[in-house]
Amino acid sequence: MAPELFVQYLMAGVTYGFIYAIVAIGFNIIYNTTGIINFAQGEFVMLGGMLAISLNGLVPLPVAIALAVAITMLIGALLEITFIRWLDRPSVLRMIIITIGLSILIREVALHVWGESVRALPYFSGNEITTIAVLGARVSPQILWVIGACSLMVGTLSLFFRYTLLGQEMRACAANRMAATLCGINPRNMVTFSFMLSAGIGALAGCVMSPITSTEYSIGTGLAIKGFTVAILGGLGNSMAAVAAGLLLGIIEAFSVSVLPLAFQDAIAITILLIILFVRPHGLFGRKDAAGLKEF
Amino acid sequence: MKKLLGKGLWKITAAAVCAASLIAPAVSRAETIKVGAILAVTGPAAFLGGPEARTLEMLTDEINAKGGIKGNKIQLIVKDSGGSPEKAISFAKQLIEEEKVFAIIGPSTSGETMKIKNIAEEGKTILLSCAAAEVIVNPVAKYVFKTPQKDDYAAQKIFETMKAMGISKIAAVSDNTGFGQAGKAQLAEAAPKFGIQILENEVYDSKATDLSALVAKLKANPNVQAVVNWSIVPAQSIIAKNMRQAGWTVPLFQSHGFGNIKYVEAAGAAAEGIIFPAGRLLIADQLPKNNPQKAVLLKYKKDYEGRFKEDVSTFGGHAYDAFEILSRAIEQAGTDREKVRTAIENMKGFVGTGGVFNFSPQDHNGLNIDSFAMLTVKNGKFVPYTVAAAGQPKKKK
Amino acid sequence: MARYLPLALLAIVVIVVQQIAQWSDATYYLTQLTMTAYYSLVIVGLCLLMGYAGQISLGHAGFFAIGGYLSAMLTTHDLMPYQGNALFKALGSLGLLVHQQDLFGASVLHVTPWAACIAAVLTAALIAFCLGIPVLKLKGHYLAMATLGFGIIIFRVALATPLFGEADGISEVPGFTLLPGLTVSGDFAARTSNYYIAWGMVLLTMLLLSQLIHSRIGRALRAIHGSEEAARAMGVDTARYKLQTFVLSAVLAAVAGVFLTHFNGGLGPSEAGIMKSVRYVAIVAIGGMANLWGALIMGVVLNFLSLRGFFGTYDDAVFGAILIVIMLFAPHGLLHRGILRELKNLFRKNGHGPA
Repeated sequence: MAPELFVQYLMAGVTYGFIYAIVAIGFNIIYNTTGIINFAQGEFVMLGGMLAISLNGLVPLPVAIALAVAITMLIGALLEITFIRWLDRPSVLRMIIITIGLSILIREVALHVWGESVRALPYFSGNEITTIAVLGARVSPQILWVIGACSLMVGTLSLFFRYTLLGQEMRACAANRMAATLCGINPRNMVTFSFMLSAGIGALAGCVMSPITSTEYSIGTGLAIKGFTVAILGGLGNSMAAVAAGLLLGIIEAFSVSVLPLAFQDAIAITILLIILFVRPHGLFGRKDAAGLKEF
Repeated sequence: MKKLLGKGLWKITAAAVCAASLIAPAVSRAETIKVGAILAVTGPAAFLGGPEARTLEMLTDEINAKGGIKGNKIQLIVKDSGGSPEKAISFAKQLIEEEKVFAIIGPSTSGETMKIKNIAEEGKTILLSCAAAEVIVNPVAKYVFKTPQKDDYAAQKIFETMKAMGISKIAAVSDNTGFGQAGKAQLAEAAPKFGIQILENEVYDSKATDLSALVAKLKANPNVQAVVNWSIVPAQSIIAKNMRQAGWTVPLFQSHGFGNIKYVEAAGAAAEGIIFPAGRLLIADQLPKNNPQKAVLLKYKKDYEGRFKEDVSTFGGHAYDAFEILSRAIEQAGTDREKVRTAIENMKGFVGTGGVFNFSPQDHNGLNIDSFAMLTVKNGKFVPYTVAAAGQPKKKK
Repeated sequence: MARYLPLALLAIVVIVVQQIAQWSDATYYLTQLTMTAYYSLVIVGLCLLMGYAGQISLGHAGFFAIGGYLSAMLTTHDLMPYQGNALFKALGSLGLLVHQQDLFGASVLHVTPWAACIAAVLTAALIAFCLGIPVLKLKGHYLAMATLGFGIIIFRVALATPLFGEADGISEVPGFTLLPGLTVSGDFAARTSNYYIAWGMVLLTMLLLSQLIHSRIGRALRAIHGSEEAARAMGVDTARYKLQTFVLSAVLAAVAGVFLTHFNGGLGPSEAGIMKSVRYVAIVAIGGMANLWGALIMGVVLNFLSLRGFFGTYDDAVFGAILIVIMLFAPHGLLHRGILRELKNLFRKNGHGPA
């Protein structure tokens, strides 16, 4: 394989890998505080992109993105308060069905608000045909925006969880809800906050990827499935491992094009998901005994 | 016993319909004509069904405001199939038997149309499909017509242009929708006739959001002189962007599915120089004055864009043609279904958005290859494409 | 004997509905009721799996599609080119193949619907068996995602295989003659008989399932649902019972797929889509997880309205909304004895409903 072709595949893989990783981290944040897999995670990405596109006509692009992220966070919080907060120890099955219902509902509302058309944000720098050379390969500068924004988010999140009080409280809730409550932490607020946080990072990812991938009302489901595969691959609940797993999946998908017909690209993620579920459900980077302690 | 009863009932209904058709002629009593529409307003084919449903709604209002067709008001019943064949089947039976519609417009996709072709035939109800596949009208079913141009005309038109440009080795990519797969087959079939070799052939998922890896693979083959992409939104904008971003400047041909200025906007600067076949709707204002379609196209464009505040697309045009063909036939033949069917079948020189229709008992589509024009994108607008004017396509970027 | 009462009631309702439709000259309702009946087969099968064995499946449309697609493919794909092949000669001499004239008058060779039906259902059962062994070891979210993944793979296969018609699906599937004079087909003339075939199958299935849940297997399943560990400790072979239930519900879905495809005369990839699977789960949830009759009734009502286009462009939205409302306020479903008490509690306790 020619070196520039290699770099070209690699860049495509890394871009997608980061987006999958962000969706997977969104899953993990909510999973850690609640034990719920939020099947509507992909819809946050869609909402972020769609809102930013609508606002972009009214306010400058950076403001539009900031507003879109804020509104999506608000929606995330509202969803949690309306549909989840007051449930008393709901069963896993019930939560799966509720979040699937939410995902359908958000998607259908988006369809009736924005219509079926495909939209996109303008490129942050340059336009559709601007390219820059990276090690002999030519890529859009937007790819660097995606990679930059996503790695920034990952970095900020890890600092947030490690060093801020709020982050520590959230981790405490994830580790042991009862003990956290005894320490004066209100776990319900932490849950609301985790929904806001994962809605926010999803929305931001939705904004930065929109110029490259375009946004339409139905993009959420596909992203959620990829994101979930990555979350499982890394070990459910482990956000840093999700980044590694996301990059792995993105790169595998990109390179698969050279050997497999493209029609099978999506099947790769599903196949990996099934294999990992059957063989190593605690993930590539997780420990079996640790996974055994968690509720599924 | 019950079966017999059911059969008997059906026969009586059929007899009643026949009897009614014997009595009906000449007498033009005002009545409400029910027209059913099965369209994919939501779901994966919503980009087709959405504009189609809005167009029909607009035309119905327009005709009824004028007092209907010869005093007969139109009642439009739109059913959203979501692109699912099983729903199209259910709705077709419902519209035919329960609503007793005069005719059905739609479905939007070929798969759905093929599922209800026999139902319309058995129910003796006129079906004006808005889907492109040739199997819809070949073999000809007595009651089934379609308004979009055949896919193979689009493929032929593309190859004609390539030949004129001196291109003989190409890459063909398509998505995995019915539209993309039909196009792929037509390209493969027509290529040898024009002496064109398809070096690379790839199918990607219609939801694909990034094709840069695919583009890299195609670009790695130095013999590829042009790329043909046959897909629906959003991939057709994405492939254009990815090709230009990769610094690849070979001409990009798209299918007639590119016929909406929105897709040009989505691809932005990368859309410049894309060449594709389409009905003349998109270049209505640039047509010469003597073009027979000009007046029709401008009217539809003005009405649609004025009412829905969105750009007109060729897909809505298919529904426009279906509705206008039906209403003209009713105007000619009255409200007797059999006569209207015959009127459609013998309709000649009908000027629609897709071209000039000349139906015959053997041809239930009525369009020829000239219904397509080759267009290109210049400064974010559609303009007619001429090989001479384009000169060296490689420099166009 | 009480358990046969609802069955008798259902039989009466089925007949009464048909008579009223006949009487009021509205037999066209029977078409959609027939389609509804076949979807109900999938739903009651899934209800057994979800409600009684406690295992979620987000891939049941996949089994429906396996049944429908295989049967459609075998009965429409022309085998003429393979006529000389020894295997096909053997099949032909067993009476499994049928010669027909196609639209152009050419002679074509198909598999008979009976053979195709058996092959399709057996394949579905086999796939369910092979899939069930690893999948049913998973729980909760993992099980949901694994079955969802299976559903997506089937959808992809249907969409990518030329033999299955890719995005357009398969059309012009012939009728399925069960007995001489009794054909599953969408002909307007055969509507009433098809209505009875479909509902006859629903009745049979309900009879079978209600026997099952009152048998040893049913008790074992309920024990598994309550606590799998406890059941295992009591010596219940949990893995085997779960697998059997999974295969049974897959077979029901496949049978429904075969029959509905012959009735509709074709099918497309939308039958294998994720939304379809989610819909089945939604209906079981709305009917009350462990409530076969509730699931059946909700399935009939919602599918019938949906097939009539009652919700217009809000079809999926309505499903999503109903799903959430039911799961929030009445997690045991809409149709069960305690529903009123449950709702009362909900308001009295100021929002702290029973979990």
